[in-house]
Amino acid sequence: MKATPLTPVLRLSEIEKVYQTRDIETVALNRVNLTIYKGEFVSIMGPSGCGKSTLLSLMGLLDEPTSGTIEVNSRPVESYSDKELAGLRNLKIGFVFQSYHLINDLTVLDNVELPLLYRPGIGGKERRQRALEALDKVGLSARTGHFPSQLSGGQRQRVAIARALIGRPEIILADEPTGNLDSVMGEEIMALLLGLNQQEGTTIVMVTHDEQQARQTERLIRLFDGSQVG
Amino acid sequence: MLLSYLKIAWKVLLRRKFFTFISLFGISFTLMILLVLYAMFDFTVGPQTPEKRVDRLLFINRLGLAMPGSDATSNPSYSFLERYVRPLRTPEKVSISTAGGSTVAYLGNNRLDLDERFTDAEFWQVLDFDFVEGRPYNESEVRAATRVAVINESTSRNYFGTARGVLGRFVEIDGVRYRVVGLVRDVPATRRFSYADVWMPITTSAEDIRNPDYLGSCIAILLARRPADIPAIQREFAQVVAGAPVPKLGGMAFKEVRVYAESLLTATVRDESNEHGADAGVGRLVGIVVGLALLFMLLPALNLVNINVSRILDRSSEIGVRKAFGATSGTLIGQFLIENLFLTLLGGLLGLAMAAGMLHLLNGSGLIAHTQFGINGRVFLGALVASVVFGVLSGVYPAYKMSKLHAVQALKGGTNV
Repeated sequence: MKATPLTPVLRLSEIEKVYQTRDIETVALNRVNLTIYKGEFVSIMGPSGCGKSTLLSLMGLLDEPTSGTIEVNSRPVESYSDKELAGLRNLKIGFVFQSYHLINDLTVLDNVELPLLYRPGIGGKERRQRALEALDKVGLSARTGHFPSQLSGGQRQRVAIARALIGRPEIILADEPTGNLDSVMGEEIMALLLGLNQQEGTTIVMVTHDEQQARQTERLIRLFDGSQVG
Repeated sequence: MLLSYLKIAWKVLLRRKFFTFISLFGISFTLMILLVLYAMFDFTVGPQTPEKRVDRLLFINRLGLAMPGSDATSNPSYSFLERYVRPLRTPEKVSISTAGGSTVAYLGNNRLDLDERFTDAEFWQVLDFDFVEGRPYNESEVRAATRVAVINESTSRNYFGTARGVLGRFVEIDGVRYRVVGLVRDVPATRRFSYADVWMPITTSAEDIRNPDYLGSCIAILLARRPADIPAIQREFAQVVAGAPVPKLGGMAFKEVRVYAESLLTATVRDESNEHGADAGVGRLVGIVVGLALLFMLLPALNLVNINVSRILDRSSEIGVRKAFGATSGTLIGQFLIENLFLTLLGGLLGLAMAAGMLHLLNGSGLIAHTQFGINGRVFLGALVASVVFGVLSGVYPAYKMSKLHAVQALKGGTNV
C-alpha cells in the first residue's frame, strides 16, 4: 500500500552551508536542490565529510542554511519562529541517529514516549498506549521496562526507531542508522525501515555508507565535496 | 511531563553521587544555619505564647529626653505610663509592668536565682499565658497590694520540687512571703517584655510608683481591638506625648520627650540598639540581615551553578535529542529549573531536619532560659521559600546555557548509549 510519490514533503532549493572560522571558510554544501516526496525511501551516500549529515540536519530543521530555501508544506522555514520550528520538528519529523542517542536514565518506554511529551493535548495514558504500539512494531514489546544500557546495539536502534515513529511523522530522517551495528543487526534494522516504508508508506531519508543498503531504496543521492553528483 | 522530569532529576542525582553529596551538603548546611536563625527570630518576636496576638500588641519600653549635646534614655516610669498611657482611648486594654529584674529566693540554705516582674492585673488580659494551675491575680488584689504570685513550672520544680499542686503554698522572695495563686508554663527568656520566673502585683514592688519623673523602670503593653487600630493608637499616643510638658531635671532643660508605641519587633530592636530616635533601626537591620543571608547563600549557589554547568556538558546528547523531537528553549529551561528545584527542596528538607536537631540541642543547652525553639509552620514556610530562592538562584544561568546549546552541536558532543 504505497503512496504515489507526488506530494512534496520537503523541498530544498539552492542550499549552501558554509562554516566560517576566523581563518578558514569550509563549504559543507554547495547549491543542493532536492525534493523529497511523500512515501519515498531516499538514501544519501558519499565519502566522509562530504556534507551528508549537514544536509540531514538542514532537512530536520536543526540547522539553518547559509543561503537557499527549505520549504515545508510549501512554506519557507525562515518564516517560522523558533517555537513553530520546534512544533514542526515534533509533528512532522522523526530522527534516527547512528549513535542512537537514547536517554540513559529513562526506561525504553519512557524514551519512546519522549516526542509526545512536547505535543499538547496528549495525556499520559495515550502516550503510554502509543509507545507500546510503536515498540510492538519494532518487535521490542518485551523490553519496555529495560534501560538502554541493558540492550544490544540493534535493540537500542529499534528503540530509537520506535521513538521516531511514535509521533506519526511525515518523514523519518535516519543518519547512518546501521553505522554502529554488525552486518546481521544492520540488515535487521534495514529490513525494519524497508517494512515501514513499504507497508506503512512512511517517507524515509537515510544517510548511509553501505552501497548494498542504498540499492534497496528507491532513490539514491550522491554527494561529493558538498555538491550533488547524482 | 513533570513525572518524567522528576524521574530524570532523581537518576541524575544518583548517577553522580559525589557531586550530589557536595551539592546537598552545601544547600542543607546553608539552609540549616538560616533556618536556625529564622526560628530564633520567630520565637523571639513572632506570634508565640504569651504574645500570641502580636499583631494587636504595642509596646512602650524606652523613653528619651533630648537635650543639646546629650540625651537621657531609660525605661519610662510608672507614673509617666499611668498618666499618659493608661488613659488612652483607642486601645482595648493597657498594661503596665516593670521591665524585669532579678532576685533571690532562699529555700533553707539553698539560693535560687529568679527573674521577677511586677505587673498590673491587665497584664494577664493583654497577654496569653498558658496556666497549668490556678489563676492570675486580679485587680482588687493589685489595688490592695496583696502578696500573691504567679510562678512558672521551672520555679515550682526548683522551689517546691514539683510542678503541680503548689497553689496556696508560699514562696519567699527578698524576705517577703508571696502566696502562689497561679502556675504557668515556662516563657522563654527571649520574650523580653513578658518573660519572668515569678510575677507579682506591681503595687508590692520596691519601684516607687509615686516617683513623678519620666524616667523609671517600667514598660507598657497595649492591646488593640483589631490589628487595623494599631496606627490610630500610635497617632493618639504621639499626640499625648506632644502635649506632655518637657521636664526639667536638676536645672537641665530638655528639648523634647521621645517615646513611641511600637510592635514587638521594633521594640525589641530598640531595646537592643538603645536607639531613641523615631527610627528604631528595624529597616536597617532587616536590610543587613537579608543582605547577609543572600551573601551567605551566594557561595553554595555559585558552587551549584558550577556543578550544574558541568552536568550540562554530560547531558548534551539528551538536550540535542529533546530539541530534535520538539522541545523549545522555554521547555528545556523549565525542565532544568524543576530538576534543580527538586535538588534544592531535597536540600531544604535535610536542612530543616538538621535545623530541628540544632534547635533541640540549643534548647537543651540552657544557653537561653526556657527556650522552646522549634520548627513551626512559619519556619517550614521559610525553608520552602529559601529553597525555592536557592533553586532559582543556582538554576537560572545553567538552564539558560542549556537551552542555548545548538541541537547539532549537542548531538555531536553527546555521550553515546
